[in-house]
Amino acid sequence: MYDMKAYYESASVEDAIRLRIEHPEAHIIAGGSDVLVQMREGKRAGVELISIFMLDELRGVKLDEDGTLRIGSLTSFSHITKDPLIQKYINVLGEAVDQVGGPQIRNIGTIGGNTCNGVTSADSASTLHAWEAIVELTGKDGKRLVPIKDFYLKAKVVDIHPDEIQTAILIPKESYENTYGAYIKYAMRNALDIATNGCSVNVRLSADKKTFERVRVAYGVAGPIPMRAPNAEAFINGKEVTMENIEAFSQKVLEDINPRDSWRASKALRQHVAVESAKRCIIESVKRAGGAL
Amino acid sequence: MNVGKSVARVDAFDKATGRAKYTDDLCDRRALVTRVVRSTIAHGYVKSVDVSAAEQVPGVVKIFTCFDVPDIKFPTAGHPWSVEEAHQDVADRRLLNRHVRYYGDDVAAVVAEDEVAAAQAAALVKVEYETLPFVLDVQEAMKDGAPQLHKDYPNNILKHSSIRMGNYAEAIREEGLICVDKWYNTPMVQHCHIENHVAYAYEESGKIVIVSSTQIPHIVRRTVGQALGIDWGRVRVIKPYIGGGFGNKQDTLYEPLAAWLSMQLGGRLVKIDIPREDTFVSNRVRHAIRFHMISWLRPDGSFVARKVECFSNQGAYASHGHSIVAKAMGSFPQLYPCDNFECDAYTVFTNRSVAGAMRGYGMPQASWAHECHIEDICKVLGVDSLQFRREHIMPVGYVDGFSKNENYYDSFNQCFDKAVAYIDYDRKHAEYANQTGDIRKGVGIAPFWYNTAVWPIALEHSSCRMVLNQDGSIQVQVGETEIGQGADTAYAQMAADVVGLKDYTDVHVISTQDTDVTPFGLGAYASRQTYVVGFSITQTGNILKEKILKYANELTRVAIANLDIIDSNIVRTTDGRVLMSLKELATTAFYSLAHSEHITAESTYHIKNNAYSFGCCCAEVTVDIPMCRVTIDKIINVHDCGKLINPQLAAAQVHGGMSMGIGYALSEQLLFDEKTGKPLNNNLLDYKLSSTMDHPHLEAQFVENPEPTSPFGTKALGEPPACPVAPAIRNAILNATGVAIDDAPMTPHILFKRFSEEGLINDPWRKEN
Repeated sequence: MYDMKAYYESASVEDAIRLRIEHPEAHIIAGGSDVLVQMREGKRAGVELISIFMLDELRGVKLDEDGTLRIGSLTSFSHITKDPLIQKYINVLGEAVDQVGGPQIRNIGTIGGNTCNGVTSADSASTLHAWEAIVELTGKDGKRLVPIKDFYLKAKVVDIHPDEIQTAILIPKESYENTYGAYIKYAMRNALDIATNGCSVNVRLSADKKTFERVRVAYGVAGPIPMRAPNAEAFINGKEVTMENIEAFSQKVLEDINPRDSWRASKALRQHVAVESAKRCIIESVKRAGGAL
Repeated sequence: MNVGKSVARVDAFDKATGRAKYTDDLCDRRALVTRVVRSTIAHGYVKSVDVSAAEQVPGVVKIFTCFDVPDIKFPTAGHPWSVEEAHQDVADRRLLNRHVRYYGDDVAAVVAEDEVAAAQAAALVKVEYETLPFVLDVQEAMKDGAPQLHKDYPNNILKHSSIRMGNYAEAIREEGLICVDKWYNTPMVQHCHIENHVAYAYEESGKIVIVSSTQIPHIVRRTVGQALGIDWGRVRVIKPYIGGGFGNKQDTLYEPLAAWLSMQLGGRLVKIDIPREDTFVSNRVRHAIRFHMISWLRPDGSFVARKVECFSNQGAYASHGHSIVAKAMGSFPQLYPCDNFECDAYTVFTNRSVAGAMRGYGMPQASWAHECHIEDICKVLGVDSLQFRREHIMPVGYVDGFSKNENYYDSFNQCFDKAVAYIDYDRKHAEYANQTGDIRKGVGIAPFWYNTAVWPIALEHSSCRMVLNQDGSIQVQVGETEIGQGADTAYAQMAADVVGLKDYTDVHVISTQDTDVTPFGLGAYASRQTYVVGFSITQTGNILKEKILKYANELTRVAIANLDIIDSNIVRTTDGRVLMSLKELATTAFYSLAHSEHITAESTYHIKNNAYSFGCCCAEVTVDIPMCRVTIDKIINVHDCGKLINPQLAAAQVHGGMSMGIGYALSEQLLFDEKTGKPLNNNLLDYKLSSTMDHPHLEAQFVENPEPTSPFGTKALGEPPACPVAPAIRNAILNATGVAIDDAPMTPHILFKRFSEEGLINDPWRKEN
């Protein structure tokens, strides 16, 4: 039994916007794999809910005319993993969200919910940061596009206006073209866990596969919100594909990240894992890009 | 014959289809529900409880506090009662507590019409405390001046016992001895059965009726009587199917409170359904035991003297108390005998969750310390550890003076041989000894010691009732409960063979125990059900058979000596002729106008035997050193639990125990905040129960040496599989990396620390600091 004040079911995106304006205190529920857990824990006890779960228009992955990859916000993790467009253009995202929880959670949980929670440990978050995803929000005045790094304001707080819902995650063509990535979720067990550290790296190599043209690296749980590692990226971009450069790049991430010390894991272990993960992810990305080491 | 076959479980269809009814399924939806208000300090006195705001929540029926309950202290351990006061369990619990001794102790109970009202009201109950200093660590708790939990136990020592054999002090003076002196730690873990503890109570016919998810209905009847100060016959306890117990439900949990609340509310139906978070903290946990092991050996590897100290963390209340560490202590001189041996075991109160029974009952802890230590000894001596074990482990023919248990067979070596063959241990152990690189492999092995049942420490008996039906089938009732282990199926197989029925499906085992109806039996614990019920089924089955054959003699005039029941037929044994079917006989017996008789049998068998149960675990692991992660590649448990009643069920028992052992080895531990005593990870996300994704294929093999004391040649299998797994994995990590880990669980945190200490991990940026 849930301590729920009211439940409003949206019939369309416009209807959801209307409900948001009518019930400003209400929380949005999609798959419910976070919201219902938090209600049971008491954190969201007694709240009103606006459900957007029935809005099939927000489900699925497609290519826009300009080549932008459009992931509807209600697309489930298991859908993303199995989607052919994801597998073709940004396979690492499918691999990352395949590590969320267990099969039941991946069938009900959505990428929109995963990002709107604003938590640093979300398995989609580091990859979306590393691929410079754009968040599409729809409100009474139409659509608003926000780069994902600006969408996350602080821990558990994201940039959604009171009349908006998130409707899509967009990956521009320039971001995914000729780009290959890898993700390592570091957790204390192999399923049903939250990341102690999440690291996502992607590379674009030169035509001869000898030079890093563009490397992007992002972390979850290395700070209060997901983050890029700009110093490490600046160091390696334009450099030769060598193990020496990769080692140096991996240690360079320590200038960017700021993991916390807690009973769940020490800062020293988190830093150690972040460095090792960066190294392993970039090596795997190089392999996927056809490079040799 | 039915015994020895992998027949389908008698409850398989109902459980697989979801129609099996568990406690909460049976509870009327109109039941009042309870939320227990828990202390938010680790130690102190409740000064006042303000329920004024909570009472205003719509749907709240009544709120009871620690100032309302009777001043009666009662014991909770699921042990047989003792008529000798000295052997009775410690009575230190009250229904609700003014003196709170752990974070989460029971302070008040909100009874409401629904869960939301109960939860809202519980959050509004204001408790004012006088806080006292608290202590979480055993060694700290034993110091003079440490916070005292119970006034009758100075230095918080619930009990201290010891073993002295030979002369340790004298023996260690021998020149040229090698001494290995180490400490080993085990964690506080929880059972994590899938069904949380739930009970509901109501009054009927002048009695209080309690339906509970328990392993021990007849014991709960007694403890509820004690807790409420009422005659035990006025308490009726019903035990439906339960979703696991693993020892947590071998304790009286919230049955007395449910009963008392109902009695305060005119006998209305009151349910207590403990949330998972509270199950972790306010039920029972496994004792964290710290061991100090000192061994003195000659350079040839022979033991000269050994000394062990065991410090068992009891938590806040006595529960099963010293029994656990006493069992652990007893295993040491038996498993690796040594002439000069001394051991001291202490059970110590601390302000943590209460430790009680858990699968293995001290032996997963003892196996950890003992088999880590044997491996460490062999490393110092530079000898092969498996060969060392083969040479020094309990020899064939060994008899324990106290239990009179005898090691009849070469079980250890037979089990080692099977495990070694499966893993290819000998070859790999040598090959993996000196690896370099980030990713390394290793193999490890560990045997275990176990006793079946509890004789002669406590009463051991079983009572059985058999009732013949018109169609020649029978009902069987015993007090030893089905808790998921498959006991009912084993009973059906054994009963069919004793009575002479063709098929075990002709035996209807009444799965639900009802203390008003079920013969007295103590429940499910100590890996004893199949062993002890084997005696009572044999004895009662023979009585039933005798009565049937007597009736057959009346009908056929064939001498009883020449009659038998074979495949559900009455057979003349002299020529094998089938005289009539059992069905014909049974129908006649029910309705005969000449001699009508309902043929039934009932008897108690008092068991004064016990049996060793031995085996081992062998594991192969891959250690990712930079990532501080261990992957189990292959793992096998081999058990000599005597003859198997049902091989498939036996394997399933082993799989479950191995899974529990894997969690114990690598990930599970209940953590407490040092500053407040608050539990940190009392949920299934932060408490790292291992998942199927953390398991390889779990291989279960058996050596079937028939146990001479058992009518079916069987002995313990329920708990043993959990015992040897963690040290086998630890020894595999040692083989892979050369690093000995002495603290379980071997989490990435521990591996990171140890690999850094041993120079396998060198973070340059940390050195600069």
